[in-house]
Amino acid sequence: MTKVTMTVNGKAVSGEVKGNTLLTEFLREDLRLTGTHVGCDTSQCGACVVHVNGEAVKSCTMFAAEADGAEVKTVEGMANADGSLSVIQQAFQEYHGLQCGFCTPGMVMSAAALLKDNPKPSEAEVRDYLEGNICRCTGYHNIVRAIMAASGQDVPAVAAE
Amino acid sequence: MPKDHGIGASPKRREDVRFLTGAGNYTDDINVHGQAYVHFLRSDLAHGKINNVDTSAAEGMPGVVRIFTGADFEGVGGLPCGWQVTDKHGEVMKEPAHPVLAQGKVRHVGDPVAAVVADSLEQARTAAEAIVLDIEELPAVVDMGKALQSDSTKVHDDLSDNLCYDWQFGTDTETTDAAFKGAAHVTTLELVNNRLVANPMEPRVAVGDYSRANDEHTLYTTSQNPHVIRLLMGAFVLGIPEHKLRVVAPDVGGGFGTKIFHYAEEAFCTFAAKACNRPVKWTSTRSEAFMSDAHGRDHVTKIELALDKDNNFLAVRTDTMANMGAYLSTFSSSVPTWLHGTLMAGNYKTPAVQVNVKAVFTNTVPVDAYRGAGRPEATFQLERVIDMAARELGVDPIALRRQNFITQFPYATPVAVEYDTGDYEATMAKMEELMDLGGFAARRKASEANGKLRGLGINCFIEACGIAPSNLVGQLGARAGLYDAATVRVNATGSISVMVGAHSHGQGHETVFPQVVAEMLGIDEGMIDIVHGDTSKIPFGMGTYGSRSLAVCGSAMVRATEKIINKAKKIAGHLLEASDSDIELKDGQFTVAGTDKSVAWGDVTLAAYVPHNYPLEDIEPGLEETAFYDPANFTYPAGAYACEVEVDPDTGKVTIEKFVSADDFGNVVNPMIVEGQVHGGIAQGIGQALLENCAYDENGQLLSASYMDYAMPRADDIPHMASYVVDHSCQTPCTHNPLGVKGCGEAGAIGSPPTVVNAVIDALHSGGHTHVNHIDMPVSPSRVWAAINGQ
Repeated sequence: MTKVTMTVNGKAVSGEVKGNTLLTEFLREDLRLTGTHVGCDTSQCGACVVHVNGEAVKSCTMFAAEADGAEVKTVEGMANADGSLSVIQQAFQEYHGLQCGFCTPGMVMSAAALLKDNPKPSEAEVRDYLEGNICRCTGYHNIVRAIMAASGQDVPAVAAE
Repeated sequence: MPKDHGIGASPKRREDVRFLTGAGNYTDDINVHGQAYVHFLRSDLAHGKINNVDTSAAEGMPGVVRIFTGADFEGVGGLPCGWQVTDKHGEVMKEPAHPVLAQGKVRHVGDPVAAVVADSLEQARTAAEAIVLDIEELPAVVDMGKALQSDSTKVHDDLSDNLCYDWQFGTDTETTDAAFKGAAHVTTLELVNNRLVANPMEPRVAVGDYSRANDEHTLYTTSQNPHVIRLLMGAFVLGIPEHKLRVVAPDVGGGFGTKIFHYAEEAFCTFAAKACNRPVKWTSTRSEAFMSDAHGRDHVTKIELALDKDNNFLAVRTDTMANMGAYLSTFSSSVPTWLHGTLMAGNYKTPAVQVNVKAVFTNTVPVDAYRGAGRPEATFQLERVIDMAARELGVDPIALRRQNFITQFPYATPVAVEYDTGDYEATMAKMEELMDLGGFAARRKASEANGKLRGLGINCFIEACGIAPSNLVGQLGARAGLYDAATVRVNATGSISVMVGAHSHGQGHETVFPQVVAEMLGIDEGMIDIVHGDTSKIPFGMGTYGSRSLAVCGSAMVRATEKIINKAKKIAGHLLEASDSDIELKDGQFTVAGTDKSVAWGDVTLAAYVPHNYPLEDIEPGLEETAFYDPANFTYPAGAYACEVEVDPDTGKVTIEKFVSADDFGNVVNPMIVEGQVHGGIAQGIGQALLENCAYDENGQLLSASYMDYAMPRADDIPHMASYVVDHSCQTPCTHNPLGVKGCGEAGAIGSPPTVVNAVIDALHSGGHTHVNHIDMPVSPSRVWAAINGQ
């Protein structure tokens, strides 16, 4: 067992983990942050995306020990400080960008990472960026609209082009 | 101005906040104190005789609580099938045993052979590796045609062959043959409806718990229908009476049909929790899901269409082999028969329709309902053969469809159902308008200038939803009623809990159902909450599938709310010293008609629970009503879809450039959610048409068992928003349910696959590849390239 210490959603946390404990297991089982989901076992679905030191990471492909000392952010840390929904979260609700909600945490975390690097992405860039996030419910249309809206773009105007 | 509340409004979904903040409560998020974990050791052979399962080395390994094999389930019931089909000779279908853990033989890759319960999942997995399986490999049969040959290996040794049933339905043979004989033209098409895996993003999970104190079992499970699981597992598998078995399906991460069925893992966890006296949890991996979730589709069909000299449809005859897999899953037998054969008339007044289906056992994962369930298979073959006939006859595919549309309602088809209402011309016209067909020639020219071939695909469809009238389905072999139930509990302060038998796993019931009740009572939606997914909290219910939630359970909720209104008016009449027949309810106020005397909703609800001034001699205190609703008929959503594709003739790659759906769902309660349902269905249909395929090799090895091998649609496979419209403005309300709703959950998945394939064939013909009359789905680049190049 190895002791790991990291900052998760702004709070210092520590725990004892085995060498093969995945970050996603540490988050879900040890910290009980169950917003991060596991939808596959081959790192394709993206339901487990979190931010590690500001970068989007599939937490099923990273050992907890590798995140020792890191700043980790999960979907539980995405709301505003006062608990209200962030701009991205609001856009997902406004544009009906989620149905069953299972892929949603990963989608929100990926969207945030995209908009950090590319604040005004084109529709094609949004679709391309979501290559690593699978949604089975929405058909992606409203997820794309939500992300475009969260970037401050006029979605009906984009659709009318 | 669109409405901002009640029926017809699109309020933000209330369930979204918990899902967006990570506060959802999915089954894998549930841990019961002291729980152990189970790992299933699954067969890696498609077919084999179990000589021995030696667990001795594994039993002493660290953390092992107990190891179970098929022998532990001797005397326990097998997994039941909920629908008994009677074949064309009057014989009931073959119904082989489906043990919880394999007994005697393994029959598909993934068949569970042993189950290790241990303190941790890792310990369970490690111990499973120490189990020694002595399984003698037998020849596997995967191909349905081969399975029906007399010398085929048998999936079930105690059956005479691999034929589950040989079913015939619709117009009699003599009449059908005569129609074909008199035809001016016959178009024949052989095709495959590809095997799919539903792939809800949340893998299945089951947690069994047992209380010795009162002999009560609890199962937390990823189900679309907790009461159905309670009934099937309690009555048929484990022998637990309903009052001792609670089934909870909390937030469920998508279903698409595959979470309807009762699975071995649910029965195992419930059984093992008592046997081990510890809660037992199972969480499926995605790889396990591919080999244990029921698959969908997998039909091989020959369809023939007969037309007269004026291009009127005379007859349709189909001959289908439907793969059942190795065992009969819960509703498997009904899918190729009653959910498929009854739709073979489509939107057309074809006088003779005959459907033949052979259901076949193979050494593959069981096949059952997947979004649309039988109806996509019916639509695909019918709309493909119509398109092919139009091409052969040199007529416009839209005109050919139009000319044969059913235009008078109600309409009794030759395949047992009666369409209550519809307007197929309206959806066709709406599709034409939205698709800008006038601009197609120019768009095709532009594509050609880029070296691409552009094709236009048209499709019409109808579905039978709002499943289902119990007396009818009972005659057809259903072993259950398909009504639904709701309880409206009005609390003293006027807030309301509505307990519904429908289950929301993405459909947004928690938002939509209160819209209806709020509209009826004239109160704020925020005062109303929906309770679902727990057999201990809701009266009863058959769950959510077959686009039935609002049409069936919503109707029960309306009936219960009407009872509430009737009783509340009596109370209001007493308070206002007026006859209850003079009381009007509007905007949450009870008023004596023609006066300004009124009491508020809250005054009446308080009086019901604090009955100091109350007509106790006439009515009971309290304000809670339950209604069960059994539909009089199916509902019949229908629509017209169109898409344009570009085909790259050098690579065979197909891209969807434009997509329009024009649906008739009857009345719409929440347009935002309806559109979202259609988007999702269309993406799954595009997935089936272009990407998805569940493939086995000839030895029964599953080749597509992960997201590396099974091509799920991604965001960039779907048309961009500027060229994608889903419309539901054509509305012919259902005539027999109180809301006039038809259901919208499956339409997209039914309507889109033939639309895409029709467009691909059109594109290839425009490029001179006129020898290509059909390409089986998925229409992948390699298949298109091979077709173009005559390979």
